[in-house]
Amino acid sequence: MIPEIGQFALILALILALVQGTLPLVGAAQGIPVWMFLSRRTAQGVFFFLILAFGCLIYSFIVNDFSVLNVASNSNTQLPLHYRIAASWGSHEGSILMWVFMLGLWSCAVSVFSRHLPEEVVARVLGVMGLVTAGLLLFLLFTSNPFERLFPVPTEGRDLNPLLQDPGMVLHPPMLYMGYVGFSVAFAFAVAALLGGRLDATWARWSRPWTTVAWCFLTVGIMIGSWWAYYELGWGGWWFWDPVENASLLPWLIGTALIHSLAVTEKRGTFKIWTVLLAICAFSLSLLGTFLVRSGVLTSVHAFTTDPRRGLFILVFLGLVIGGSLALFAFRAPRVGTQGKFEFISRETALLCNNILLAVACGTVLLGTLYPLFLDALNLGKISVGPPYFEAVFVPIMALLIVLMGIGAIARWKESPLAELWEKLRAPLAVTVVCAVALPLILGRTHWQSVALLALGFGMAFWIITTLIVSVTDRLRHLQGGLWYKLQRQPLSFWGMWFAHFGVAIFIIGVTVVKGFEAERDVRMTPGDVISVGDYAFRFVGIEDRQGPNYHAARGTFELLKDDKKVRNLYPEKRMYFAHGMPMTEAAIDSGFFGDRYVSLGEEINDGKGSWSVRVYYKPFITWLWGGCILMTLGGVLALSDRRYRVYARKPAKELLAGHTLPRPAH
Amino acid sequence: MFNEKRIAMKKKLLLLLPLLIFAVLASFFVVGLDRNPREIPSPLVGKPLPEFSLPTLDAPEQIVTKERFAGQVWLLNVWASWCVSCRSEHPLLLEYAKTNETPIIGLNYKDKMPDAKAWLQRYGNPYEMSIVDADGRFGIDLGVYGVPETFLIGKNGIISYKHIGPITEESLRNIIIPKIKELKQQ
Amino acid sequence: MKRLFLLFVACGLSFWLPMATANEALPTENDPVAQKRAVELAAKLRCLVCQNQSIAESNAELAVDLRRQVREQITAGKTDQEIITFMTDRYGDFVLYQPPMKGTTVLLWLGPLILLLLGLLGMYFFLRKQAGKGEEMPAPLTDAERARVAFLLKQRDDSKT
Repeated sequence: MIPEIGQFALILALILALVQGTLPLVGAAQGIPVWMFLSRRTAQGVFFFLILAFGCLIYSFIVNDFSVLNVASNSNTQLPLHYRIAASWGSHEGSILMWVFMLGLWSCAVSVFSRHLPEEVVARVLGVMGLVTAGLLLFLLFTSNPFERLFPVPTEGRDLNPLLQDPGMVLHPPMLYMGYVGFSVAFAFAVAALLGGRLDATWARWSRPWTTVAWCFLTVGIMIGSWWAYYELGWGGWWFWDPVENASLLPWLIGTALIHSLAVTEKRGTFKIWTVLLAICAFSLSLLGTFLVRSGVLTSVHAFTTDPRRGLFILVFLGLVIGGSLALFAFRAPRVGTQGKFEFISRETALLCNNILLAVACGTVLLGTLYPLFLDALNLGKISVGPPYFEAVFVPIMALLIVLMGIGAIARWKESPLAELWEKLRAPLAVTVVCAVALPLILGRTHWQSVALLALGFGMAFWIITTLIVSVTDRLRHLQGGLWYKLQRQPLSFWGMWFAHFGVAIFIIGVTVVKGFEAERDVRMTPGDVISVGDYAFRFVGIEDRQGPNYHAARGTFELLKDDKKVRNLYPEKRMYFAHGMPMTEAAIDSGFFGDRYVSLGEEINDGKGSWSVRVYYKPFITWLWGGCILMTLGGVLALSDRRYRVYARKPAKELLAGHTLPRPAH
Repeated sequence: MFNEKRIAMKKKLLLLLPLLIFAVLASFFVVGLDRNPREIPSPLVGKPLPEFSLPTLDAPEQIVTKERFAGQVWLLNVWASWCVSCRSEHPLLLEYAKTNETPIIGLNYKDKMPDAKAWLQRYGNPYEMSIVDADGRFGIDLGVYGVPETFLIGKNGIISYKHIGPITEESLRNIIIPKIKELKQQ
Repeated sequence: MKRLFLLFVACGLSFWLPMATANEALPTENDPVAQKRAVELAAKLRCLVCQNQSIAESNAELAVDLRRQVREQITAGKTDQEIITFMTDRYGDFVLYQPPMKGTTVLLWLGPLILLLLGLLGMYFFLRKQAGKGEEMPAPLTDAERARVAFLLKQRDDSKT
């Protein structure tokens, strides 16, 4: 019964979404207020039914209703409750439902937090989001129904893929999807602006907070995904340039560009066309990622069971949404031509350059990800494009971007005289160069190649940090009063920028140290053996059997030693899940501020002495990667808490200049 | 005036660019939907079969090299008792072996001899002989990555076709048998 | 195609199942340089049975065999290039995570540079064009907006009086 309610709720949501996607748009075009007012109510209605549907699916998983195909193939009575809940978005069907659910959530949020917006803008924005929702609901109902029944009903379900039985699964997909789908708001605002034919600073001001929220979620989502891969896959990597990871990086890069160009559009009224294009691209790339993962056109470690029929459906959907919005862009964008003036050397130029570089980085990742597909489609052979390629082309672009990041934070709007800029940048440049060259040597590297790489990494990080310090002192110079008072006077949006950029520096330090100083050993160990890596050593104590809820495991005990003294015990596991018969490696990690000690079990070696092949890693500063991402997100949150938005949200509609919500004069 | 028009035209074209790029991408996706990214063509097709000298399953003391098969068209089928999908192509191989068109030589890949023998007992033996590649080294030379795989070798000892995965009725009828006929006429 | 995919998954699994007999060679412990080379090479080679992993990362049997192959060849004194050629002779370019520079991959390797140049060129033209422009002009008001302005102004005047 419950699954049928869920299915029915989906159908109702679809009908409402179709209303949401048509009448308000027509209303806005024809000036029919009643139709426009429909947008908020329908968006909330759609969300209500999506909550119902998603709730029904989760319920079916909780009560082990194996008459539902989705539950039977992705869950199991032995699966712990929290993983049964997470399993509801573990399958293709469930994850698409979650996608739509998030879209409903964002639409509902727009309908609630948009009281200060002109009614026709709200109608258009929610109308566009309604169309997207309707398309995805059609996809869900026709090709990937999560409530499909199974007969005869099996007594036990297959298990959730063991890789997904992890706390990461509970957090990563919701965060990531919140980010992906969040860009739909900026997208809808852009399309609404194109439809309405008006693109101005207010438009940028409205879409800015939404974009920042989405970007924060996406950052956290990617970070959790990376962290999860790091400890779950058992070989100590944290980014593999896998197509699916790239699919999440693409919207992130464009989203980052969008945040910056929105700032320019809001503050200075320039780059409007470019900003609109970025807003369209950010969401388009989110959709593209969904297509790539689910259509089977690329091979990836995360691939869902693929089905060309689904692929074709998403492709058509993609064509309509992306193609439609880009066509609209091509025909309507020429109308928005006006822009603010600025000099060659100015913050505008720096930010434009930042945008170009982020777009080039995105284009590069896209090229590398899709190139094997291009060659195959042209019958020119099969190749693989992997980490060596991406590292070789991505790092130089990022290095250029970092140089600009330092200049951009200091340059002034409109015009930034070269002499003045040089005055401010002189000191950071000197500090950066000295530190970048000295640090690798102090740390004992002599080979030119490793010195060069470390110097590049440290150089980028120090450049960001020193220029950030200058950006603060520069702002405080003209103020009177105590230091704390002066710091407090700075707007939160400034601190948002500051922390986000600082996060990038921390992230870069993490990457540089990990890449430069990580150590790994792949060895065969018999109980009693000791292997040293970095400043630490691991003693293999032995293996014992352990019974998990839905697996049995060989649990190894390792003593972590430093200077021959025991620090703690580590327990890596090799698990065999009953339902899948698939071996899984659970690494054991001793995590610390300055790095991780990581051990994972390989295979048992049949030599009668209880030997195992073991991999041990020393990953210095790896925690700084996650820390950097958290700081970036914090930056986003600070920017959101800026006074402007709070004042803005509190102001009753009538006081705002936009004024479209005022009673319309009779025509 | 004319110049202004040209600039406006250029701007329009520039704004069309994203749509064009997307159209190109989408057309590649349409083609890509039909492809299997996991089927990797072998660089060995058109090249001589790599050298080997390996024992056979029936007579482990007897060493066979590729010269033994020179001058005939033959199939080399990579199989193992642990390979689940080998079972699905096995009836086809048995049936084809009855026609005596070409010898099918098995390559028992990374298997244990008793298991392999028991497997043939149970499911039938289509092979004229099975060469044993216990540690998988010849498999690496052959570029084997997904058992079962089948190689078609001509009279001159050159690999003319490689089939990856289990042979199906269609692939046997439409590709392998015509190719064998062609090779025999040479 | 779906069926084919499933078969491949099955093939992949069949490689995974008989795991107990892993016969991984002892690491070349006494030679850290060779060990490092082996790890670096293995990270550049793609495991063919897996979805998308290098042979350094994968535990599939073929990956274990190929890792052993790499170690043995290093011990035998082969250069990195020779080992890579050994692999591509057998599995094709697909096995390389770093695709070789050749006719079909020119666009892949030069693409980023072309994109960068196009981007910078576009930016240059944009900056040059906009530097010669006058001060910004806000978009003209629409009739409806004009009416609203009139309404607001009237309201203000009304409240004053």
